[in-house]
Amino acid sequence: MSIVGKTTGELLDSMNQGELSSVEIVQAFLDEIGRRDNEVNAFLSVRPEKALEEAKEVDQKISAGEQLGLLAGIPIALKDVLCTEGETTTCGSKMLENFVPPYDAHVVQRLKKSGVISLGKVNMDEFAMGSSTENSAFKTTGNPWNVEHAPGGSSGGSAAAVGANMAPLSIGTDTGGSIRQPASFCGVVGMKPTYGRVSRYGLVAFASSLDQVGPMANDVSGAATLLEAIAGHDHRDSTSINCPVPSYSDSVDKPLEGLKIGVADEHFGEGLGDEVRKSVENSLDVYRSQGAKIVNISLPHSKYAVAAYYLIAPSEASSNLARYDGVHYGYRTENFDNMIDMYAASRGEAFGDEVKRRIMLGTYALSSGYYDAYYLKALKVRRLIRQDFDQAFEKVDVIASPVTASPAFKIGELSDDPLAMYLSDIYTISANLAGLPGISVPVGLSGNDLPIGLQLLGPAFEEDRLFRAARMFEKETDWKTLKVS
Amino acid sequence: MDYQIIVGLEVHVQLQTKTKLFCGCVNLFNPDNPNVQTCPVCTAMPGSLPVMNREAFSLAMKTAVAINCGIASFTKWDRKQYYYPDLPKAYQISQFDLPFSENGFLDIEVDGEQRKIGIIRAHLEEDAGKNMHDESGKGGDSKVDLNRCGTPLVEIVSEPDMRSAAEAKEYLEELKLLLTYIDVSDCNMQEGSLRCDANVNLHVTNDDGEKIATPIVEVKNLNSFRGVELAIEYEADRQWDIYQETGLKIGDVAKETRGWDATRGKTFGQRGKEDAADYRYFPDPDLVPVTVTEEEKQAVRDSLGELPAARRSRFIEEYSLSKYDASVIVSQGNSFTLYYESVAKSCGDGKQAANWLTQEVLREMNERKISIEDFPITSDGLATSLINRVRDKKISIKSAKEIFARLMEDFGESNESYGDNKAFDQRVEQLIEEMGLALVSDTGELEGVVDAVLAKEQNQKAIEDFKGGKQAAVGALMGQVMKQIKGADAQTVRKMIIEKIQNM
Repeated sequence: MSIVGKTTGELLDSMNQGELSSVEIVQAFLDEIGRRDNEVNAFLSVRPEKALEEAKEVDQKISAGEQLGLLAGIPIALKDVLCTEGETTTCGSKMLENFVPPYDAHVVQRLKKSGVISLGKVNMDEFAMGSSTENSAFKTTGNPWNVEHAPGGSSGGSAAAVGANMAPLSIGTDTGGSIRQPASFCGVVGMKPTYGRVSRYGLVAFASSLDQVGPMANDVSGAATLLEAIAGHDHRDSTSINCPVPSYSDSVDKPLEGLKIGVADEHFGEGLGDEVRKSVENSLDVYRSQGAKIVNISLPHSKYAVAAYYLIAPSEASSNLARYDGVHYGYRTENFDNMIDMYAASRGEAFGDEVKRRIMLGTYALSSGYYDAYYLKALKVRRLIRQDFDQAFEKVDVIASPVTASPAFKIGELSDDPLAMYLSDIYTISANLAGLPGISVPVGLSGNDLPIGLQLLGPAFEEDRLFRAARMFEKETDWKTLKVS
Repeated sequence: MDYQIIVGLEVHVQLQTKTKLFCGCVNLFNPDNPNVQTCPVCTAMPGSLPVMNREAFSLAMKTAVAINCGIASFTKWDRKQYYYPDLPKAYQISQFDLPFSENGFLDIEVDGEQRKIGIIRAHLEEDAGKNMHDESGKGGDSKVDLNRCGTPLVEIVSEPDMRSAAEAKEYLEELKLLLTYIDVSDCNMQEGSLRCDANVNLHVTNDDGEKIATPIVEVKNLNSFRGVELAIEYEADRQWDIYQETGLKIGDVAKETRGWDATRGKTFGQRGKEDAADYRYFPDPDLVPVTVTEEEKQAVRDSLGELPAARRSRFIEEYSLSKYDASVIVSQGNSFTLYYESVAKSCGDGKQAANWLTQEVLREMNERKISIEDFPITSDGLATSLINRVRDKKISIKSAKEIFARLMEDFGESNESYGDNKAFDQRVEQLIEEMGLALVSDTGELEGVVDAVLAKEQNQKAIEDFKGGKQAAVGALMGQVMKQIKGADAQTVRKMIIEKIQNM
């Protein structure tokens, strides 16, 4: 097998056994980026010299017999929403086109400690707002399975980079499904951890109470190891939870005995495409064959999730993005008459349509006279959604559902229909509102060879359970052969 | 027609924490080196997050207890959103509907009358940076200094309970005294660590007895105690004129915001951000709510120590001070009262100690513009070397004051304090000798001088006058004796002269 087709575990093994050096591995992925990225357009910046230099250092440490981090020598692609000291961090926005952070995000620091090597920063919807990566100010990323189709979003670059074998691992962020949906579209594994599991320090905020950084990988074990590397308490993030991080990489291969999988009617109703339905049902059969029990559950408030989300997320976004005013850093308009004019023109010129749409939505929802009816009501719904899950998890270990209603849509297909685009997050949003972990694992292919994912949701801080459950499916099947028609 | 001034104050107090409210930058007044006390958090770099400073919260709780506010068991942070270059996040982290403390009061006394001023709430928030505009008139770029950005502030909102400018000033002074006593803030108005906005309106009683409230005006930029007083007086006059002209009542017009021009002594209309402002407050999702247990509240109460009002009462009781003296001493701040108590204890005479402090010491402090901390004479030195010598009739009170003045003059020239108490005492001893101020108790020497004075031809008239019942005549004779023997005790001299005249 070619180097770039290998999983993280296989790459680590070949380094341990002296078959491959980190330099060889990094070079192979850089070559693959050279070969494929002019078509896929996942990367916003590539750092070949630095990556090779860092790989060389890892190789030297290996030969010196030094203690190495969990992922030493393994390449990774970083969503361009995490601050990297001295390296441009754009958030896919003209606003931050030339913004060079003076500090590393907590996750970036942890990655450096683990010895992982950044190949570069990858594309995303502007400020992580979108489900197709079409909202990037810089380029349109294609789905590696068919570049006329979208890779999903907002972590479309992260998913496409892994899906196209340009990196074995990537970092994404998930506010309403932004890891799981593109993972599903691109046939990779992606997890949104429990809110508070991974520090948000240095993650450029979209919606603070929903944002979470998570791993994406070409297999479950890679994702598990990557989460292990980045998870844990950080005193700089007040919402980071001080709770021990289990060794996900150690336990991922242990199947779950007597697994009870909850299935909610609400996830299989109107709007769900036949191919996805079939694929998900097939995957449940795979679990049954391994002794799992499928249990019907109910999540009665999930129908309000999209509405609540599109009040809470834009409200927080309208506030989080207010700092981009052209005063201290970022884009500033050339021509202005006065201060207010400078604010308005800088923001007007540098933000894209979707960002403006959400800022307006959020500003409206928080305005006096509307706050109670919109924002406060949405918070109440959010509590009810969390309650639904708490009750469900009294009966089941995990909840299985589709990730999206259909496989990857075509680029441009939904870009004029924001509401249809918003509805593409219908199965993923609840986990963000409830703060729960969720994983997307590929379970099959559509008739036109586009990947289909299965979503597994778990109780707070049960990422370990999700990795093991996902691995049970992965181990048992070769999903690329499971074509539905 | 008559009117009553109604004043409510909003006071912002910077807490003297080591670091800022939500980041680790030092909290120091440093206007000369802009933007050196900054980090990704207080400059609102993308991705940075706030973390609450526990020390700030604990100083805030002390503040609340001192102004008799109840402390909430649950409090949270809200974002107050508006655009301004000195506010890099474009929102201020503050507290909206659940402040950490509410419902307090402050007792003040104005013209002998006790007044209880209600306090609606006190909440904790972060300060903004400072915009600096080109004042040359050439239209240069404005600059922003973020050193101050993120400094912890407690905003204390009073009820509209003050009925005059003098009451407002007294409230502020008592508040400042209180907060400096408990060491939560230096309350330096010049440096902006205590800032005040005043809400002023009038309650007019018309000739037919009808009561009408005039529109409320908020006066900002009040940066001295005198300024607060003058601005309120000016505002009341201005509002009275406007009412007589227009008859406008509260509610007829939007609340107006005015600035205070200290040089011209006038308030002026400002473009009110209040007019159209919708701050879109909502809970800050980057921070977690704060819970406070009953034990923690009790610990704060226990840590406060004696507050100024209690100290005044104790001084009156314990040292038999007049209300006035106790008030003067306590109003000088915690260190001054500690100095006073030390002097009082060392000399065993609280009244004498108070006389010395409120007269000699305070006068020197004011003239030389030094604080009690920098005062060159220690409390022990003052008590043992000067006050006790008077008590023991080693020198007269007048001499002690002369020596004190001399010591202060020497200090003024050398700017050096007087070593240890022993060295100081030797210096006092030396001055007594040099200046010839030792009290002469040797009656032999004194008798000789008195006899000589009484024998003088020119003094015979005075002697006759005294015999004729003119008591004052003895003064001139005493003066002559004292001139010759500087250290003579006036009482002894007087007694001797009178005895001798009576025996003539």
